[in-house]
Amino acid sequence: MTSSDPFAPVLDIQDLHVDFPTGEGAVHAVRGVDLQVAPGEVVGIVGESGSGKSVTALSAMGLLPRQARTRGGVRVKGQEVLGVGERALMGVRGRTISMIFQDPMTSLNPVYSVGWQIAEALRAHQKLTKAEAFERAVQLLTLVGIPRPRERAADYPHAFSGGMRQRVVIAIAMANDPEIILADEPTTALDVTVQAQILEALKKALEETRAALLLITHDLGVVAGLADRVVVMYAGRAVETGSVDDIFYRPGMPYTVGLIGSLPRLDSDGTERLRPIPGSPPSLVGDLQGCPFAPRCPMRVPEICDLEEPALRPVASQEAGPHLAACHFADKVASGAAGPIFAATSADLSEPALAEGAP
Amino acid sequence: MLAYIIRRLAYSVVVLFLSTVLVFVLVAESGDPLAILRSNPHVSHATIAVREKLLHLNLPLWDRYWYWFSHAIRGDFGQTIAYQPVGQQLWQHFGVTLRMVILATLIATVAGIGMGVFAALRNGRVGDRASMTLNFLFLSIPTFVIGLLLKEFVAIPLNQHVNRIVFYTSGEQSPTLTGGFFSRLPDYAAHTALPVITLVLITYSAWAIYQRSATLDAIDSDFVRLARAKGISPGRVLTRHVVRNALIPVTTVIALDFAGVLGGAIVTEQVFNWQGMGTWFIQGVSTLDINIVLAYLLITAVFVIGFNLLADILYAVLDPRIRYD
Amino acid sequence: MTEPFVPPSRTDEGSRAALTEGDLDVTGLSGGTQSAPHEHPRAGVEVPALDQHGLDSQDGKVKGQTRLVARRFFHQPMAVGGLILFALLGIASSVIGHVWKYSYSQITNQFAAGPSGAHPFGVDDIGHDLMAQVARGVEKDIQTALLVALIAMVIGTTIGAIAGYYRNFADNLLMRFVDLVLSVPILAVLIVLGHLVSRQAGNWFWVAVIIGVLAWTYVARLVRADFLSLRERDFIEAARALGSTNRRIILRHMLPNAIGPIIVNGTLTVATSIILESTLSYLGLGIQPPEVSLGTLVASGQSSATTQWWLFVFPAGFLVLLILCIFLVGDGLREALDPKKTRVRA
Repeated sequence: MTSSDPFAPVLDIQDLHVDFPTGEGAVHAVRGVDLQVAPGEVVGIVGESGSGKSVTALSAMGLLPRQARTRGGVRVKGQEVLGVGERALMGVRGRTISMIFQDPMTSLNPVYSVGWQIAEALRAHQKLTKAEAFERAVQLLTLVGIPRPRERAADYPHAFSGGMRQRVVIAIAMANDPEIILADEPTTALDVTVQAQILEALKKALEETRAALLLITHDLGVVAGLADRVVVMYAGRAVETGSVDDIFYRPGMPYTVGLIGSLPRLDSDGTERLRPIPGSPPSLVGDLQGCPFAPRCPMRVPEICDLEEPALRPVASQEAGPHLAACHFADKVASGAAGPIFAATSADLSEPALAEGAP
Repeated sequence: MLAYIIRRLAYSVVVLFLSTVLVFVLVAESGDPLAILRSNPHVSHATIAVREKLLHLNLPLWDRYWYWFSHAIRGDFGQTIAYQPVGQQLWQHFGVTLRMVILATLIATVAGIGMGVFAALRNGRVGDRASMTLNFLFLSIPTFVIGLLLKEFVAIPLNQHVNRIVFYTSGEQSPTLTGGFFSRLPDYAAHTALPVITLVLITYSAWAIYQRSATLDAIDSDFVRLARAKGISPGRVLTRHVVRNALIPVTTVIALDFAGVLGGAIVTEQVFNWQGMGTWFIQGVSTLDINIVLAYLLITAVFVIGFNLLADILYAVLDPRIRYD
Repeated sequence: MTEPFVPPSRTDEGSRAALTEGDLDVTGLSGGTQSAPHEHPRAGVEVPALDQHGLDSQDGKVKGQTRLVARRFFHQPMAVGGLILFALLGIASSVIGHVWKYSYSQITNQFAAGPSGAHPFGVDDIGHDLMAQVARGVEKDIQTALLVALIAMVIGTTIGAIAGYYRNFADNLLMRFVDLVLSVPILAVLIVLGHLVSRQAGNWFWVAVIIGVLAWTYVARLVRADFLSLRERDFIEAARALGSTNRRIILRHMLPNAIGPIIVNGTLTVATSIILESTLSYLGLGIQPPEVSLGTLVASGQSSATTQWWLFVFPAGFLVLLILCIFLVGDGLREALDPKKTRVRA
């Protein structure tokens, strides 16, 4: 609406910092994230719980909790959303940018029919009569694959399964043809059998609206199937970004290597063990020194890694588009010269195999 | 929905019936109404036997119950120990109490919900802290203390200060009152104000605390976040999503507390010398006038159970999950 | 305010849980005070929990939890203030009863006199030293309320636990009975019973008994709600799968996990029973002369409240202070036990 350049990013996050004050000091949930999503692009954000990926998405919607302290800039189609009042966000939310949340069981208001809830989203941004909005809601329900949509539109959320509710949430997200949809772990709370169907519905929504998608997940499989580009987050920062191919086949950051290593693969001969990452992410209270992944990293060189936090830098071996990684030894990791980084552990070993790596 | 209402109604009738049994046993076993008579050596056995027969004390407990119950449901509550019809006294006192209780419940509901929502919206800020402190203070003051405070330290000094009666502190109306309803209204109002304020203050605080908590829950809920994500106005988010959902649990709390309001009315009537049901009931208890006590307990049970039924229905209207069970 | 007050906990689990027929009660509101560190991860902002150490195994949980709760409790100035003040009131009232030069039943050579050096709280129309009387009243009120809480907690927890654990028949029976008890104002029943016990010797004990016998229903309802949700939790499932007996599951696994809300309820029961007892005593149907309680003192001071203000202000003031302290402690405990406080949510 405001931007005339058709190639300008629909979502532009510049050096975003988000802190949550707590009794024990501020939690630095996001520590300087830069992220651009081009029109129609599908970007995946992967990372563990607490890596700051959900907080990043909520910032883009202006939905952070009131006590959050933010710094940096988040622009949606050229309009700043950080630190802007609820009223000013009305025109952006739902129309330019919309969001699908993690838990479909609690995302819908239990006291209104699903048709009502979709119609509410439509009427917030389009001049429609109630009857027209209802008709459009039925169409949307059809699109996301709800059987007998006309009858089901009058039903209340409790009469729907988790998967069906998530379809309704997708219908709400696509109601006003947004430029970008944020999906925060849209399949995590669902049965494995339903996950694929929801991803299908999501793809359908993208085809229909030609919106860009920011897909947040800890499931690398989902990202591999859907995303054009991947951002790996760790301890509140992006630690690696690149094309799906670069990330999966030429990762430049040991953490990414670890994430991929802890995935079962169909293309191996089946005798390989999974390679888990030992330890857990650092506390984000107070200041971090050095590379936040260093305590868990098998490649740690204390004189370097413990002193300086590596910046996101281009990796030498990039093939498809820009490939950046935040590791002092990114080139070595990406070229494969480092050999297997994580030790395969047997399933019954609960403690990390790397004694010196543990904090 | 209809099936649900019928089910709740049937259940309410059963509870009411069992409640009358329990109450009857409790009251019948709690003392002998003729004890004073019996201790008087000048009263002959024959007289006592006649009295016993009149009050059906000679019958087994179950027969006494049945006699009382079968008459009570037809509106005949028997006689007092002074041979007055209980029913007539009941309705007279009932009207007095009802005036205070209905008014207080309505005001307390509005005040409780309003203050609860207000506090939740100011969560953690001065407005929230101030209203919550006030709520906890009122929660901690027994009914009779609030009543006496208002009476002795607000109304009486005020009346003296302006040299005319703004608030009456005794009785439910002036004894000499005549004229049409509208000409009597100011007198009613001046008598009713303090007792109603007392009841409101002891009642609203707990409701406000519940409402605040339910509102905060709703504000924090995923569905309110989704509603905000739709781009609807903050006012609509508040009314259609936050408050609408937060009202559901509070409905039940208010309905269950209705018994508490009636209990509070007993004390309030004592403080302000109202000739209401509570005063009548306490007199009945202290003179062991069984039929008065039973009539009071029956009528309050009808009201409490009826109120709960109403709340159940309201609940089903507010929450579709109940409706479709 | 004659019905026990149960503050709501900030939980959506309870209020939006499936409500079944006959279950339309506030348990939904108050049942969620579980000290559950292992809630289902909700869609919220993932901020690393700060206090998860030692909470990860159910066995090590109770101890770590206690420390955590204590720390959170002592971070609330209002609650700590309430606790200190309550302790001071309790100690001072019993010390005064022993060392003060007048006893509560003694008639001094003054009467109807305001506060002075010899009588800090003044003297009533008959000549009783009001400070001795107020101290005795506070002591008696605390004593009565603690006994009420004990009775209500023991009966209520036992029956609530059984109903919540076994469900079905036991549960139905309990809930129907509770509905029955709630169908009449608790104060009205207490008035009937209070009249009955008003001529008993040492009647404060009987006053406590009758209040306790009615108050347990509230406790039972809350414990039941806790047990209903606890029994669905994985570690109970595990204990059952390992062949633990029902008795052992209830006593060793569920009770320790429900102890937080039980303590909160106990605290609030104490406050509520002081209100009930003082109201009953004010009406002349509770604690009987020559024994005193704050309720009887207010009743005898009310007629001269404006002329001899001390006769009303001291007993009523201490009564409100006492109740307020206990409510503040209870609310502080509830806050400290709230699992949501560990997480920053969107």
